[in-house]
Amino acid sequence: MRKYLHVFEIGLQNTLVYRVNFLFRAAFGLIPLAGTLFLWEAIYSGKPAGASVAAYSLSQMMSYYLILTVVDTFTVVAEDDWQIAADIREGTISQFLLRPINYLGYRLSLYLAGRTIYSLVALIPAGLFIIYQREYLVGPASVELLLLTIPATLLAGILQFVMAYATALLAFWVLDVSTFIFIAFAVEYLASGHLFPLDILPAGIQQVLHYTPYPYLLYFPVGIYLGRFSWPQVWEGFAMQCLWVCIAFALARWVWSKGIRKYSAFGG
Amino acid sequence: MGLVEGDPKILGVWGMRNDQHTGRTRVPGNREGTWDGFWTLLTRYLGIYTVLWRNSVMREMSFKLNFVLWIVAEMMWFALQLCFMNVLYSHTESIAGWSKWEVVLLVGCSHFIQQLFTALFLSNVTELSELIRTGRLDFLLLLPVNARFLISFRKVDLGAFVNAATAVGVIIYALIQLNQVPRIVQVVVFLLLCLVGTFIHYSLVFLLATVSFWTVRAQGIIWGYYNLFNIARLPDTAFRGFYKVVFTFVLPILLVSNVPARWLSEKSGSLASVGLLVVMALACFGMSEAAWRYSLRHYTSASS
Repeated sequence: MRKYLHVFEIGLQNTLVYRVNFLFRAAFGLIPLAGTLFLWEAIYSGKPAGASVAAYSLSQMMSYYLILTVVDTFTVVAEDDWQIAADIREGTISQFLLRPINYLGYRLSLYLAGRTIYSLVALIPAGLFIIYQREYLVGPASVELLLLTIPATLLAGILQFVMAYATALLAFWVLDVSTFIFIAFAVEYLASGHLFPLDILPAGIQQVLHYTPYPYLLYFPVGIYLGRFSWPQVWEGFAMQCLWVCIAFALARWVWSKGIRKYSAFGG
Repeated sequence: MGLVEGDPKILGVWGMRNDQHTGRTRVPGNREGTWDGFWTLLTRYLGIYTVLWRNSVMREMSFKLNFVLWIVAEMMWFALQLCFMNVLYSHTESIAGWSKWEVVLLVGCSHFIQQLFTALFLSNVTELSELIRTGRLDFLLLLPVNARFLISFRKVDLGAFVNAATAVGVIIYALIQLNQVPRIVQVVVFLLLCLVGTFIHYSLVFLLATVSFWTVRAQGIIWGYYNLFNIARLPDTAFRGFYKVVFTFVLPILLVSNVPARWLSEKSGSLASVGLLVVMALACFGMSEAAWRYSLRHYTSASS
């Protein structure tokens, strides 16, 4: 465990270098966010006052995106998948095969370190933006739900990471994984609730998504905060989230063990 | 990428240098400025561009699977945008005065322009920071061709043309749903406006790319521009205040696809905005050229 703590520390120091980049990234990310908010404002202003869309009032809809931004800041897999693919392609992964360290554990430590620094930096522009939009921000549905948002966010982050990790391991088989990463990201963008809250979708599609890991990547923690779920749904959600984390870990280990047999250390 | 894939940057440059065609038509210095000189110059640059195209075709065809997968990835993102609008319109009749099929038309236009930009410029411009970091820029500056031309046009992304075609399909479908048959003049002007929009994207990204002369890691800033594509496909009337002013008169992203879409679907207020689009395009190009020249004057190579 100590060695992973050490990796975490190194990760902190390494990512600190990119703090200005992070700041730009987070600030630029607010532009499309503001665009989406304008769009929703326009939709609501075309309806009679106090109208709601799929049981979302205007402030609830706006808050969905604001809270989503915060959860996304804590969890988004930024560079990790590209770095993993590069490690495999360039053969630097060989050194991990020789050392008494688990590559998944190593990467997870780096991911957590990266998220720590990124969140600290990105929450400055995001926080300012939320303060600017404060008239729309609704508080958490209850204190208990606010507290439960934290473990849900943490599990969502781990699930996002492990899924990205497994995708990046495709680099064992194909030279350029970036297309796969982009396709996976497109699916995730829609199905995780990044574009809009999933419960404004038709019931049939919601039902299908319910059986995939995607809602647990973003929508679940945000939905908890906003009180979109009944208590049984919350507990079921947590159970599903844990289940998907376990499945993703098992899958990642399986892909790794297959990949490592295929691996022939170019340039290593 | 590395050498395994045959580093496209090196291939591009060497392809140029080794090609006999580039040296064939030299411009006599004393004839510059005359019409004759202009035509010689034009044919020369067209000749160079043809060679660059041929290089790109050869490069793309050597990675066929990747070529197809990129097209699939881009199509998925396009479908995603259409899906987003579809979901929004399942809850409302109109957004800020735009009906569903007008917005689909707008999303199509935006995608068309973005793909034209990707096809012609994107990878070239984003690689500027890489050229500077590795010192390969020196090499390009030494060639007897306008350096900005060479940097901007080195590679052509053929897959993006396929994606631009899917966007045309969506635009036509939206027009059918709107029950509109545009006149020939309208279509021609529309295509010209799309080119102007592409040119705005190019000028702005190039402007951002010149930042890499000053900081080594400007990649993030350039990719930040990707976020701006996202608002280009939203109806301009939804925006208000400071935000609208900035993205109309400073970074005219809200004009890029809204103006052509309005023109094609005969939505009101199109004529004045056409003028504004052209003026802003020229202003953006002027700014990027000024930044480019200024940066080049202060350029000290990375390698030596």
